[in-house]
Amino acid sequence: MPEDTNRINIDHVAHLARLELTDAEKTKFAAQLKDMLAYVAKLSEVDVTGVEPTAHAVPLTNVLRPDESRPSIDPALVLKNAPESARGLIIMPKIVE
Amino acid sequence: MNYEAVIGLEVHVQLKTQSKLFCGCATEFGAEPNTRVCPVCLGYPGVLPVMNAEAVRKTILSGLMIGCKITQFSKWDRKNYFYPDMPKNYQVSQYDLPLCLGGAVQISGKKLGVTRIHLEEDVAKSFHFDTTSGVDFNRAGTPLMEIVSEPEMRSPEDAFAYLTALKEILITGGVSDCDMEKGQLRCDCNVSVRPVGQEKFGEKVEIKNMNSISGVKRALEYEIPRQIAALGRGEKIFQETRRWDDEAGKTSVMRTKEYAHDYRYFPEPDLMPVTVSDAMLAEIQKLLPELPEARRQRFIYQYGLPEYDAGVLVANAALAKFFEKAAGKNPKAVANWMMSVSDITTTPIQPTQIGELVTAIDAGQISGKQGKDVFAAMLTTGKSPAIIIQEKGLAQVSDTGALEAFCEQAIAGNPKSVADFKAGNKAAVNALVGQVMKLSKGKANPQLVGEILAKKLHSA
Repeated sequence: MPEDTNRINIDHVAHLARLELTDAEKTKFAAQLKDMLAYVAKLSEVDVTGVEPTAHAVPLTNVLRPDESRPSIDPALVLKNAPESARGLIIMPKIVE
Repeated sequence: MNYEAVIGLEVHVQLKTQSKLFCGCATEFGAEPNTRVCPVCLGYPGVLPVMNAEAVRKTILSGLMIGCKITQFSKWDRKNYFYPDMPKNYQVSQYDLPLCLGGAVQISGKKLGVTRIHLEEDVAKSFHFDTTSGVDFNRAGTPLMEIVSEPEMRSPEDAFAYLTALKEILITGGVSDCDMEKGQLRCDCNVSVRPVGQEKFGEKVEIKNMNSISGVKRALEYEIPRQIAALGRGEKIFQETRRWDDEAGKTSVMRTKEYAHDYRYFPEPDLMPVTVSDAMLAEIQKLLPELPEARRQRFIYQYGLPEYDAGVLVANAALAKFFEKAAGKNPKAVANWMMSVSDITTTPIQPTQIGELVTAIDAGQISGKQGKDVFAAMLTTGKSPAIIIQEKGLAQVSDTGALEAFCEQAIAGNPKSVADFKAGNKAAVNALVGQVMKLSKGKANPQLVGEILAKKLHSA
């Protein structure tokens, strides 16, 4: 969904992020997002003719590790951060497919 | 109007590695829930994922096996979505620069094109209860290869053959075990129909939840006529995702998680791109195995096997390997025995023992029928055929001295059969052979008995 700096589809963005926003929040965040995008839009002022697209600022490739397994962390520690758990599973409200 | 189907498959394959894609957690199947996890695969902030070199190699090897072009520069991207199976709220995948491009899978009579292969991370497994869902993150972060086909399949049989051939290739290359029951190979299907002769594709439907290759075939056998019938009634096909219910034998519309798929891909800043040098490619090329199609041809040529036998043996990598050790002097006979084995990996039998069994039968020590009993015992006990023959007291008597005595006894006791034979009734000898078999309690070698009797009757 193309979002230009002039008009942000706040409902769409909120839906993608699974957020329920009140009308007041929608107005507030839409304005904030617009400011952020306007700030980032400054980048488009730079003339990039002839510049190769780049995915990373650091000129490094092939940072790889050997395929060796290591002990995982204590399961009790894992579940400690879960709001609810049962039989080792992290429990949440039913996911609708 | 005549319609034809257009089918494309997205196959997800778990790579056979010891550890996950970005962390050292073990990938083994069946561990207790959430015991193979760490801050990296749980998506904690501030962690540093580092790519598993073996997963990159196995993806490239897969590409080489099906003739893909290996891209020299490859990068990873974040695919953003909110769902509890992905704690980071994005899946690390490859968007525009996958490791492998192009390629094809050979099925009988044609080549089916592959669009691309990319390397991504698997997501967590969720379980659904009455009012809640439970998530196990053990699978999250397992190296997962996605193989996307061109929409070149035209029938459920094409899809079945493609998946079967692809699975054989991946198993042969040691890339994955492709055990669908363990979710190591999963497949989504895109299918549409169009009037024969029409260039433009029809509206496509995605089918999910097929748990076996034959399930994919059954789902397509249901879905294609469904779409044709709907068009025939003047209805429209809408782009949707349908779920296959194997028990009910039909597909039904899935409630979609999200209407607009808006994954907002962007380059993964925590992972460096991979460049594939000529030296790295040469190293991986050394790992290229003999592919199933080439092996089938070699089995026909080298062992003189019929096409059918070669096909059955090669379709099962373990069986093919075992056969090559067992082939010996009579490969066709060895192949016959081996094709009756359902799972060679679970029997204690040794390759050379099958050759010994074939030799015992060829030498007339036991009959072919007795051979079946001996073989059954070999498969369960792992004992050599010689020992089983001895234990069961099966050995045929081929000692001519003993047989001659039986033959003389039979001749002396059956003057009528002897007279009939001498009067020209050659079949009368069978009654005498029968007598010898009886006297020897079935252990006499019938062929030798026939020869001895003929000699004795002629000279008498």
